[in-house]
Amino acid sequence: MKLPAYFSTLVARYFRRSEIADEMADELHSHIELRADDLERSGLDRAMAERRARVEFGARERYAEESLEALGGNFFDTLIRDIRLAWRVLSKSPGFLIAAVFTLALAIGANAVVFGIMDGLILRPLNVPDSKSLWGTVYGEDAGFQSYPNYLDLRDRNHSFEDLAAFNFVFAGLNTGNDPSVATGFAVTGNYFDVLRIQPFLGRFFHSRDEHGPNSAPFVVLAHAYWHTRFHDDAAVIGRVVAIDKHPFTIIGVAQREFRGTLKFLSPDFFVPIVDQDELGAASSLTDRGTTHTVFETLGHLKPGVTPAQATDDVNTVGAYLAATYPKEASRRTYRLARCGLSAFGAPANAFVTALMVLAGLILLAACANLGGLFAAHAADRSREMALRLALGSSRKRILRQLLTEAMLIALSGGALGVMGSVALLRKLGTWQPFPGTPVHIPAEANVSIYLVALLLAVLSGLLFGIVPVRQVLRANPYEIVKARSSARLGRRITVRDVLLVAQIAICAVLVTSSMVALRGLERSLHSDFGFEPRNTMLLGANLNVGGYRSDAVLPTQKRLIDALESIPGVEQVGLVNNYPPLVYGSASRESVFKDETRNFTQSNAAINPFRYDVSPGYFGAAATSLLAGRDFSWSDTASASPVAIANRAFAQNIFGSLANAVGRFARMKDGHRVQIVGVVADGKYLAVNEDGQPALFLPSLQSPMASAYIVVRSQRDPQELGTAMRNKLREVDPGLPGDIQTWNSLLQVVLFPSRMATASLGVLGLMGAILSITGIFGMAAYSVSKRMRELGIRMALGAKRTEVLKAALGRAVRLLTVGSAAGLILGIMASRVLAYIVYQATSRDPIVLAGVVLAMSLLGLLATWIPAQRALSVNPVILLREE
Amino acid sequence: MSDQAQLLPGTLDLLILKAVSLGPLHGYGVLLRIAQITGQALLIEQGALYPALFRLVRQGLLQAEWGTSENNRRAKFYELTTAGRKRFMEETESWKRISSAMTAALAAQAEEV
Repeated sequence: MKLPAYFSTLVARYFRRSEIADEMADELHSHIELRADDLERSGLDRAMAERRARVEFGARERYAEESLEALGGNFFDTLIRDIRLAWRVLSKSPGFLIAAVFTLALAIGANAVVFGIMDGLILRPLNVPDSKSLWGTVYGEDAGFQSYPNYLDLRDRNHSFEDLAAFNFVFAGLNTGNDPSVATGFAVTGNYFDVLRIQPFLGRFFHSRDEHGPNSAPFVVLAHAYWHTRFHDDAAVIGRVVAIDKHPFTIIGVAQREFRGTLKFLSPDFFVPIVDQDELGAASSLTDRGTTHTVFETLGHLKPGVTPAQATDDVNTVGAYLAATYPKEASRRTYRLARCGLSAFGAPANAFVTALMVLAGLILLAACANLGGLFAAHAADRSREMALRLALGSSRKRILRQLLTEAMLIALSGGALGVMGSVALLRKLGTWQPFPGTPVHIPAEANVSIYLVALLLAVLSGLLFGIVPVRQVLRANPYEIVKARSSARLGRRITVRDVLLVAQIAICAVLVTSSMVALRGLERSLHSDFGFEPRNTMLLGANLNVGGYRSDAVLPTQKRLIDALESIPGVEQVGLVNNYPPLVYGSASRESVFKDETRNFTQSNAAINPFRYDVSPGYFGAAATSLLAGRDFSWSDTASASPVAIANRAFAQNIFGSLANAVGRFARMKDGHRVQIVGVVADGKYLAVNEDGQPALFLPSLQSPMASAYIVVRSQRDPQELGTAMRNKLREVDPGLPGDIQTWNSLLQVVLFPSRMATASLGVLGLMGAILSITGIFGMAAYSVSKRMRELGIRMALGAKRTEVLKAALGRAVRLLTVGSAAGLILGIMASRVLAYIVYQATSRDPIVLAGVVLAMSLLGLLATWIPAQRALSVNPVILLREE
Repeated sequence: MSDQAQLLPGTLDLLILKAVSLGPLHGYGVLLRIAQITGQALLIEQGALYPALFRLVRQGLLQAEWGTSENNRRAKFYELTTAGRKRFMEETESWKRISSAMTAALAAQAEEV
């Protein structure tokens, strides 16, 4: 049959449904009449004959049903009838309905949100053509920093990439006239847009042919979103000249709306040629091969037929060549290939999202176990109804179909509710900027795949918990059930429901354990020793490049700023650090340092590779870093004085054997010049909170001035007030200089963001686990109390004590809870080893965590059994026995 | 009743086709005709006839029309369609083959093997 015809008969059949049913009833009736006529003729009276005819006919309802089925195409009829019946049945027990739908909405919603994040972060490729063959190179262990000369060699010497582009970050003041504001851009190679094979939305992109050496291509391409908010979609901006860090740049194009740069979690506001990077306040010069700060990531399309493994070997050959050719600058590090978009963050992001997905899956499983138990109980309560239906000739298939329809109805409503919630949450997440002022975002968005996943999960979980009562129905003996009234079997037998409850509680306990481990880990990392005291300090970030200062004006201006800030009443100490202070924006640089006796300054001869900070006198005081030996820098440690340095404890012990030994000794920097260690400070954390005992070397900023610096201000004053005072002072020094004024603590948020996010998500999942275990235990306890009301009533009437009644009513629930929690706790402890990779200092061998989990599970148990216990105790034997 | 045999699966459809092939019949008539032509040897529960009838109608082998029975009752009469006639022939042929094969097989004696 052709499809349209099929549907039209389907529709016709649907509308003629009652007609067909009527006609069928007529026909069966006519059959019985005819038979009765025959029987009457053989001598029976009419009434007797009709009765006999009906008996001979057999189960009329069943045959009518089977006949309708035989007519075919009534799948939808049956479905609609099933849905109506399901709705009638479910609306009779609204508590069950609400609990079930809510539980599933929670579980499916959680899965959809996690899937949305996974989709945005990992599954979905970058929004550029042919992203399958697009790979980035990661150099060494850290997020892919390398140097521009190394990039050029890599580009020209590899045989695997069609072409290789590179990008870096630019934080610059962008001024369209009289409104300077700091924006985040990408400094990209000329071939960047061509390598990505993308076209502009407006105007044109720049190309390789536009580059003619350093600072030669004053062009800027705007991102669509930035063009929209800052330039209000004005197409006339093409050709306009804007000032970026006071240098004139011509706007030549606007990128497509879909193109948001080649990092998933950071959308740049604009793109400028990387050759202009030096005049835009780059930390290192473009020609410096030894730096790791001029290129963030290189990327390109692999040539057809080249596998990623071959390409990795190829770029490592180039790496070996670089290390051999430039031993002073290029250290031997291995290259890896990584999918574009996450660069070196790919592996941890993968691990984290996978862990979240597993936990969310567990939530769904727990919810299904929960609902399976509820459903089985619900079906058991209806065993009489089902027995009647079976006795009246309904087929078991139809009853199962009915039950499954009920399960699906619940699952789909839960799924719909869950997906609505998760879409709202994902929209919020997608537009959320965790760090004001930086375009960092979470690449989550709600798209079709979320709906599909939610639908799939809903159907799957509907099937999963819908089949729990199947065995019950298949084995039901209508005769027994009708005879015995309610079928409360009070055996010691372990039922499916018990197993489900234990499984569910175990899963919930795993979630609760994980979230507690994560919380403790975060709490510890918040209170660990950073080597400085972030409380009561404010930071002022000032980039004198933005103000257009010449290099010889940098130091005097910085000194004026420090003096101005020191004059604020209530300020205890002020100090400056070049670039970023420790633990701010995950940005720190390392440098090779050599022993005094070394003469050959190749990377392989380096004695140590400490973090390097250039600080002013007073910095240690302002940061509250304790000076363990020697002296602080002084204002006389200028470029004309002899070069000095302050080491941290790890550095001193590593190079000089002991702390006391270090002061007065010498080390050599990579250009070979000697620095004398004049002091030793305490160890700290520099790049990440989870590092331990890293060496660091502090040099006087007076001897290596830099335009971009942060000034640390220590004061007990209210941050708000102090911030205003600092801004006023900044204005006094230079009214046109934008400053980034924040507390050190608030800037620490960036570093702590991953573990905070991990803890928050684990906390939410743990909370959901707790809610699920409450509903599960509550359901089980309430059900067993309601089933045994009669027994409890008799016991009370016979003089049982309250404790005995409670034991009888809830003993089983409590035992199951204990078994489940114990199993969950053990599993949770094992799972926490995995957690330790994500959350710093997460350890499950922590008495507080163990006690916390036990306490939490007992509290949950108490909470969940409270109402059923009250109900059991309030049994009034007289009323109850009379009712039965 | 004990000498009545249970129906082999799949044979009810063929019996119905056969009964109807002899002339249009209503449901009850089909039952009577089957009882008559099988010499009361086969047991069919009366209601079980209808799902089979509707299945055959759906397959386009039978067509039905309301009419009046010999004793003036409204009844639905079934008759073979062209497709039904064709199918009836085929089924009869294949039944004959199976039946003779089965008969031969069951009649086999030890010395014939």
